[in-house]
Amino acid sequence: MHGLWIGRGRWLMAATIAAVVVAGLAACSSSGGSPAQATGKQTITVAVVNNPQMIDIQKLTPKGFEASHPNIKVKYVTLDENTLRDQVTKDVAASGGQFDVVMIGPYETPIWAKNKWIDDLSSYASKDAAYNVSDLIKPIKDSLSVNGHLYASPFYGESSFLMYRKDLLAKAGLSMSAHPTWDQVAAIAKKLKNPATGMAGICLRGKTGWGENLAPLDTVVNTMGGQWFDMNWNAHLTSPAFEKATNFYVNLIKAAGESGAGNFSFNECANAMEQQKAAMWYDATVGASVIDDPKESPIAGKLGFAPAPVDMTPSSGWLWTWALSIEAASKHKAAAWTYISWATSKQYIDYAGQQLGWARVPPGSRYSTYSNPNYRKAAHDFATATLNQINSVNVNHPGVNPQPYAGVQYVSIPEFEDLGTKVSQEITAAIAGQETVAQALSKAQGYAAPIGQSHK
Amino acid sequence: MAAIADHGTAAAWARAQSRRRNRLRRLPLLPALLFTIVVTQIPFVLTIYYSLQSYNFNYPLLRHFAGLHNYTVIFSDAIFRTALVNTVVLTLVPVLASLLLGLGIALLLDRKVFGRGLLRTLIVSPFLVMPAAAALVWKFTLLDAEFGLLNWVLRPFGVHHTDWVNNHSKETIITVLTWQWTPFMVLILLAGLQSQPGDVLEAARVDGAGPWQIFRRMTLPHLRQYMELGIVLGAIYVVQAFDAIFMITSGGPGQQTTNVPYYLFEAAFRAFDIGRASAMGVVVVAATIIIATFALRTISGLFSEQGMEGRL
Repeated sequence: MHGLWIGRGRWLMAATIAAVVVAGLAACSSSGGSPAQATGKQTITVAVVNNPQMIDIQKLTPKGFEASHPNIKVKYVTLDENTLRDQVTKDVAASGGQFDVVMIGPYETPIWAKNKWIDDLSSYASKDAAYNVSDLIKPIKDSLSVNGHLYASPFYGESSFLMYRKDLLAKAGLSMSAHPTWDQVAAIAKKLKNPATGMAGICLRGKTGWGENLAPLDTVVNTMGGQWFDMNWNAHLTSPAFEKATNFYVNLIKAAGESGAGNFSFNECANAMEQQKAAMWYDATVGASVIDDPKESPIAGKLGFAPAPVDMTPSSGWLWTWALSIEAASKHKAAAWTYISWATSKQYIDYAGQQLGWARVPPGSRYSTYSNPNYRKAAHDFATATLNQINSVNVNHPGVNPQPYAGVQYVSIPEFEDLGTKVSQEITAAIAGQETVAQALSKAQGYAAPIGQSHK
Repeated sequence: MAAIADHGTAAAWARAQSRRRNRLRRLPLLPALLFTIVVTQIPFVLTIYYSLQSYNFNYPLLRHFAGLHNYTVIFSDAIFRTALVNTVVLTLVPVLASLLLGLGIALLLDRKVFGRGLLRTLIVSPFLVMPAAAALVWKFTLLDAEFGLLNWVLRPFGVHHTDWVNNHSKETIITVLTWQWTPFMVLILLAGLQSQPGDVLEAARVDGAGPWQIFRRMTLPHLRQYMELGIVLGAIYVVQAFDAIFMITSGGPGQQTTNVPYYLFEAAFRAFDIGRASAMGVVVVAATIIIATFALRTISGLFSEQGMEGRL
């Protein structure tokens, strides 16, 4: 009986070890990076932000792209903006090759091009006649180019402007000037605020993130004469102009903004507008495609659009584009370019317009979108306003004083992700009333000064 | 004489046999042990290695050996010191609160009630929900200033649009962590309560002791070591709390809810300063090892007491 026991035990042990080994081998073989098989079928991994236009292209990819390109399968990884940056930066910096196509903006493009983490697209673009480089809107194209070489292809482009409820203004006997100033907008917002119905006068971003609340705040800073760093890389976050602008922004939220503003970013404000909890919204121009879409928005058709409010400069909108680039470590570059040239082409815009409605197409990337009669008809409310706003941006000199970097609502140095996040945390604290603006800015200056020092 | 000598040799042979059998019994554990060592120790050694380097992903060519520089930097960083204080607060309060709540719930669950099994499953469920999903439900469904259930429930009491997440950020995180870890304490304390010898309690009742006296003089001392275990194990897990902070407050207005794990995340994935983040990781592991040592001593104390009860 003793001998039988040892025999069964040894059998059991052998079976367990075999099972573990098989499971281990199975896990190893299913991990990514499978090489192209004999049929030439490749899978490309595309990392995108979770904005509505990106969700749309995911829905349209099977019929719109994979059907006509049977050898290429597209796998999407959709993340929110902050997480996307974390994952993608980690991957390119470590040359992981986890992604083939990554969605980046004009902030990352010059830095990553310099580090050779993304590929120069000019040779691909010049060989691809259908791509039509000259159709790309110039400020957008310039923001994605280094020394005239295009490093990322714009999927959509945006600036910022003011969206407001024409009907609510009319009911209150107010009118919006064709080129409003921030003081005028603040006065209108205070009059439109209605605590009884839960209607905020204006919805402004308060959420922590260098691309969240800092984007609109920086445009206010620029137009009121402030700046992050002067030409000698001295930090100026406690200058009177910067403080005036930040006080203006924070106080406007407190006086006429939405409650819980510290949690609000693009999606939350769009939701607030649609739920009639806000009368005005200063944010990205693509917000118009969302809240003016007659199929999905209850307030479509009731909106007016004004250029980004100004103070001391002729224009003040920001410039941003979400663009697709090819990771240098990718093993499927040809397939990646085929996908990029489809996703950012006039053909895709036409296809999306037919399938989903012309108000939902990704705006701000190509001139042809704005001369398309179908688009102009569907988006007549905001098409001209958007194009004019984007064209009015000077990426190199957006504010009153010259600055040593290109960028409107960010500072294009690698340290800005951390610096911007820390400063935006202080701004959220000021909006929530946890500290005064002066305290927030003095801490922010403490973070920024040594970084400026290291760039001198 | 020969018989005694034979007996000695036989005993030595028996001991050698039993040692061999013990080694055979431990053999199946070897793959698991090797796997554990590889999966936990190799990353740890690499982390120590990175913590001694000045290494930033944004400047990959400037990487060099820097000795203990990163440790000096983090300890002279005011935000890191704030994060340490926040870590202590955001660990102690949820652990103690969930212990007290857990004790109350365990006492209630210790009696034979109709539907006791179902109640126990429901009580344990917060522990089984994904922390990130639970954090989102807390943030948007319950605590939202405009649409949250909490503000709606409190409206008759005069509460209007309170921004819980931004104005009471520490309290929010403490509440979410307490909600998540109370079931853990309930399970441990329930085990302790149910291991009480029933006949001794019966005897105490027969002798005329009231329920409060039984609780204070018999149950509590018996539960002491279970509570210590709950505190120590709970603290080891709660000190690493990240999901709730990341999803709800992003480190809180300013740095009010930034604890060391979240600050480490910011150093690694915003600043891409791998050296500094690794140094923080090493500091957290060192502190956790110290706490874990106490945990092991408590557990061994627990078992020895059980052994003594058995002999009684």
